Amino acid sequence: MGFDLTPVLPELFLLVAGLVLLVVGVLTREGEAARVVATLSVLALVIGSIIIAASDKSPQLALGGHYVADGFSAFLKILLFVGAALAILLAQGFLHDRRIARFEYSLLVLFSTLGMSMMVSANSFLALYMGLELSALPLYVLAAFDRDNLRSTEAGLKYFVLGALASGMLLYGCSLVYGFAGTLSFDVLADAFGAATAERPPALLPLGAVVGLVFIIAGLAFKLAAVPFHMWTPDVYEGSPTPVTAFLATASKVAAAGLAVRVLMHPFGEWTAQWQQVVVLISIASMLLGAFAAIGQANIKRLMAYSGIGHIGYALVGVAAGSERGVYAVLVYLAIYLVMTLGTFGCILLMRRQGQYVEQISDLAGLSRQRPMAAAALGVFMFSQAGIPPLAGFFGKLLVFLAAVEAGLTWLAVLGVLSSCVAAFYYLRIVKVMYFDEAAEPFDTAVHPAVTGITAITALATLFFIVWPGPLLRAAGAAAAALVR
Amino acid sequence: MLHTVLVFAPLVGAIVAGLFGRAIGDRGAQIVTCGLMVLSALLATVGLFANVGEPARTVPLLEWIYVGSFQADWALRVDPLSSVMMFVVSFCSCWIHIYSVGYMAHDKSIPRFMAYLSLFTFFMLMLVTSDNLLQLFFGWEGVGLASYLLIGFWYTRPSACAAAIKAFIVNRVGDFGFVLGIAGVFLVFDTIQYDTIFRGAAGMANSTIVLFGTSWDTLDVLAFLLFIGAMGKSAQLGLHTWLPDAMEGPTPVSALIHAATMVTAGVFLVARMSPLFEYAPDALAFVTFIGASTALFAATIGLTQFDIKRVIAYSTCSQLGYMFFACGVGAYAAGIFHLYTHAFFKALLFLGAGSVIHAMSDEQDMRRMGGIWRLVPVTYAMMWIGTLALIGFPGFAGFFSKDAVLEAAWASHNAFAHYAFWLGVTAAVLTAFYSGRLIWMTFHGEPRADHETMHHVHESPPVMTIPLGVLAVGAIFAGWLGLGMLDAEGQFWAGSIFTGPDNHVMHDMHEVPFWVKAAPFVAMALGLGLSYVFYILAPDLPARVASAFRPLHSLFYNKWYFDELYDLVFVRGAKALGVAFWRGGDQGVIDRFGPDGVALSTLAAARRAVRIQTGYVYHYAFAMLIGVAALVTWYLVFVRG
Repeated sequence: MGFDLTPVLPELFLLVAGLVLLVVGVLTREGEAARVVATLSVLALVIGSIIIAASDKSPQLALGGHYVADGFSAFLKILLFVGAALAILLAQGFLHDRRIARFEYSLLVLFSTLGMSMMVSANSFLALYMGLELSALPLYVLAAFDRDNLRSTEAGLKYFVLGALASGMLLYGCSLVYGFAGTLSFDVLADAFGAATAERPPALLPLGAVVGLVFIIAGLAFKLAAVPFHMWTPDVYEGSPTPVTAFLATASKVAAAGLAVRVLMHPFGEWTAQWQQVVVLISIASMLLGAFAAIGQANIKRLMAYSGIGHIGYALVGVAAGSERGVYAVLVYLAIYLVMTLGTFGCILLMRRQGQYVEQISDLAGLSRQRPMAAAALGVFMFSQAGIPPLAGFFGKLLVFLAAVEAGLTWLAVLGVLSSCVAAFYYLRIVKVMYFDEAAEPFDTAVHPAVTGITAITALATLFFIVWPGPLLRAAGAAAAALVR
Repeated sequence: MLHTVLVFAPLVGAIVAGLFGRAIGDRGAQIVTCGLMVLSALLATVGLFANVGEPARTVPLLEWIYVGSFQADWALRVDPLSSVMMFVVSFCSCWIHIYSVGYMAHDKSIPRFMAYLSLFTFFMLMLVTSDNLLQLFFGWEGVGLASYLLIGFWYTRPSACAAAIKAFIVNRVGDFGFVLGIAGVFLVFDTIQYDTIFRGAAGMANSTIVLFGTSWDTLDVLAFLLFIGAMGKSAQLGLHTWLPDAMEGPTPVSALIHAATMVTAGVFLVARMSPLFEYAPDALAFVTFIGASTALFAATIGLTQFDIKRVIAYSTCSQLGYMFFACGVGAYAAGIFHLYTHAFFKALLFLGAGSVIHAMSDEQDMRRMGGIWRLVPVTYAMMWIGTLALIGFPGFAGFFSKDAVLEAAWASHNAFAHYAFWLGVTAAVLTAFYSGRLIWMTFHGEPRADHETMHHVHESPPVMTIPLGVLAVGAIFAGWLGLGMLDAEGQFWAGSIFTGPDNHVMHDMHEVPFWVKAAPFVAMALGLGLSYVFYILAPDLPARVASAFRPLHSLFYNKWYFDELYDLVFVRGAKALGVAFWRGGDQGVIDRFGPDGVALSTLAAARRAVRIQTGYVYHYAFAMLIGVAALVTWYLVFVRG
């Protein structure tokens, strides 16, 4: 331990960059500030990713043991930083068009990413809570970023109120676990509860600790938007400015999923049987609700909310497996989900009529004639999200289901396959609307190059993942091995 | 590096012309694709000279699939066999690209055509350079796709669409065997890498595998399954019906895909897998039987057809039969040698036929041609060169390779070797006859076209005649230049074609009796002479012969009724079965109880799920608290309970 700050370098860098950019934003001329700060923020995130990629991947403790940097956190942090950078890039044109281009947007994303980065590196309940709140507070503000818009402020407020409730549950759970274990540190928890030794199997968890764990899972499930803690998602996704929704749907979920995996697999890794059923229940509920409720949606952002709920259900199938293969599958799933979702939101941001952003599914009609490339990209994302081979989304699902089968949860995998059949309906409906329905009005042809670029790159990545899956799979494999020791 | 550029240049061309064709225009698309193909062809020529006699090496590209013990990477295998194939493919493709500039000049979608051609070339190069069966399959399906797209290139013609679909479906039948073969290889060898399979093949000889309760020779089963795939792709007897119909595509397509390259992929497959086939004597006998039967069968049909492209198409089918029985009798080198010479003269014949069709205002029926040889002298000369090479006139390319194939058949100890020899010689007579017939009917005699057409007959522009000239040079000299391939010691191939310890065909074929060597020449002279008598000296003879042998003639003319038989058994049978299942099974049972009911309840569930979402924060908070309470209860009752 001691005071070696090297492992914390990426976070320190982001923190200092954020503070400096705050000053830069204030000192730069009004019209320029948003663009300058956005560019520099993306640069900071890229440098942060490079620092992580170059850093030592062996587990290193810092900040008095509350913080750990290992292969698992490095993998997730790079995902988060990339997601955040893309969310900033996606937003610029949108914010400008809506006349809410303020430099605080990029800074809030940056600080929230810093919190998420702390979350995936948390090694104690204290760090967990701090990271969670640091990531959540900027998100509340971001959700209400379009503050003159009633729906946006409503989204921010709802998110905040329910987020506070979830935080309360999480804290209550933490305090219960602390009360029974007498420690906050993940490393010590397992021993405190009587982990397996050479002589005996792991001791039975105290009842209170398990109830605490359920509360902690509930708090994290809120961040994940897993059923039944998902209720905020459709309203917040619909009301928030679209780039914020993209950020909420990707980075925020990835961080929460990473944290959940770490908590369940690291301190409670030996008591898989104790928490498995809870995760399975949440997973099934999420998959089913994600599949069924999305069918009735007319707004594509609401649809994406349910789609995201379903995806988290599938990712939780991998978590429920409680094995290294499961963690590996979850990581691959999250990475693919991040890419597909950002691309889908890129497509949504491409849909404009007479300068107005449209977000009804029926508005997509005729997209294939007027913007064939955008329609093709959205088609790729939809097929991929539905899990149709050979697109990337298929492999994510394949891996989590395989992990579940290997862990003896065959029936869970079967349920997953069935619910993804139902879900395929609404994904394919979008393709149908784009390609077969007649358009009412023409789409705007002027597009923001950053959005087009991100959409194109993510679409190609989704389409051609099968050709060169090696690097992602290897990285995820190493990250999973780092966590499950 | 050289080979990577060689293989991927056509892909770049296809992407540029295909995706940005509108931006760069017709001329731009032609320049890009042709330029990259010229580059590819030059590199392939360099590669050929560099790799002859060199041992195999692998150029790794990317990692691909790692699942358990299953491994497949993207890699290029460079050895004399793949180098010869790369040369044939790139060289022919390059000149056919250039020819297409002239031939397709009046077409509306030139960039699309050029993109498809280049895409095809890329897949074909992937096919021949793969170093494992999966990448081979990737190329295999890729060329199938490109072939489908190109046959149906004029998609507004119903006949073109039907032909494209037919080609695709018949190939699926072959691919079914092929995929089973690949899976079988993985099952037996636990790998699909060539090197490992080839090393292990000798060890698997005489082992058995139990299928359907009977034990079979392992390698025979594998080789047989792989050969089913080859039969589909190379249009061998039974799975040949798609090839003549594929002539619906533009003529350069017929020349490139359905003569010079794609259809020979099956022969390449057999030669590539020679280490496996060498230990599978029964499969080799089957290969010989099918090859020899196809050679004669297709030639008999060729005698009676009137569409100039169909005659050449059946000729291709027949020549592929020669290549296969050469491989079947163990003379893989002779098979590949014939593949290589055939690519030149058959591409030449097709392009020449294209030039004739171009001159005759898109007329393809030979009954409405004739008497035009003075009007299209260059095309006429080129067609003669192609024909002489095809029928094996001494000195021309086909002479060397066809003789080698027939001598090998005589010298071999394969169960069907002599069957193959005699059918091959008979087919050679027929080949010379229908080739002569094609020349006489097309170019000589009285003009049978209407006045308007005859008035427009003109020689093709240089952009078309120059590729003809280049291929004609190939059709004359390719045989001489490639004689090294027949080297009895196999130094040329440096182990890329394997011959078993008991296989001395390549040696014995040089020591056959004189009459065996002379037989192909006599057959050729006889066939050509007969055709001269039939179509020049006594033009009323064909009709008299046809009526004298009416049953036989209508059998040949109607292609042995294969299409009718397949239509009756498979198409109508499948349709009847489908209708029965659809009406009785699907609509009557499954729909009634299944989807319709499930869909209704799904919608109802969706409506209920939406209704939960009230928009009130206190409802949401309530749901969360109930959720926690429920989870804790669940835990207390069921986990700890």
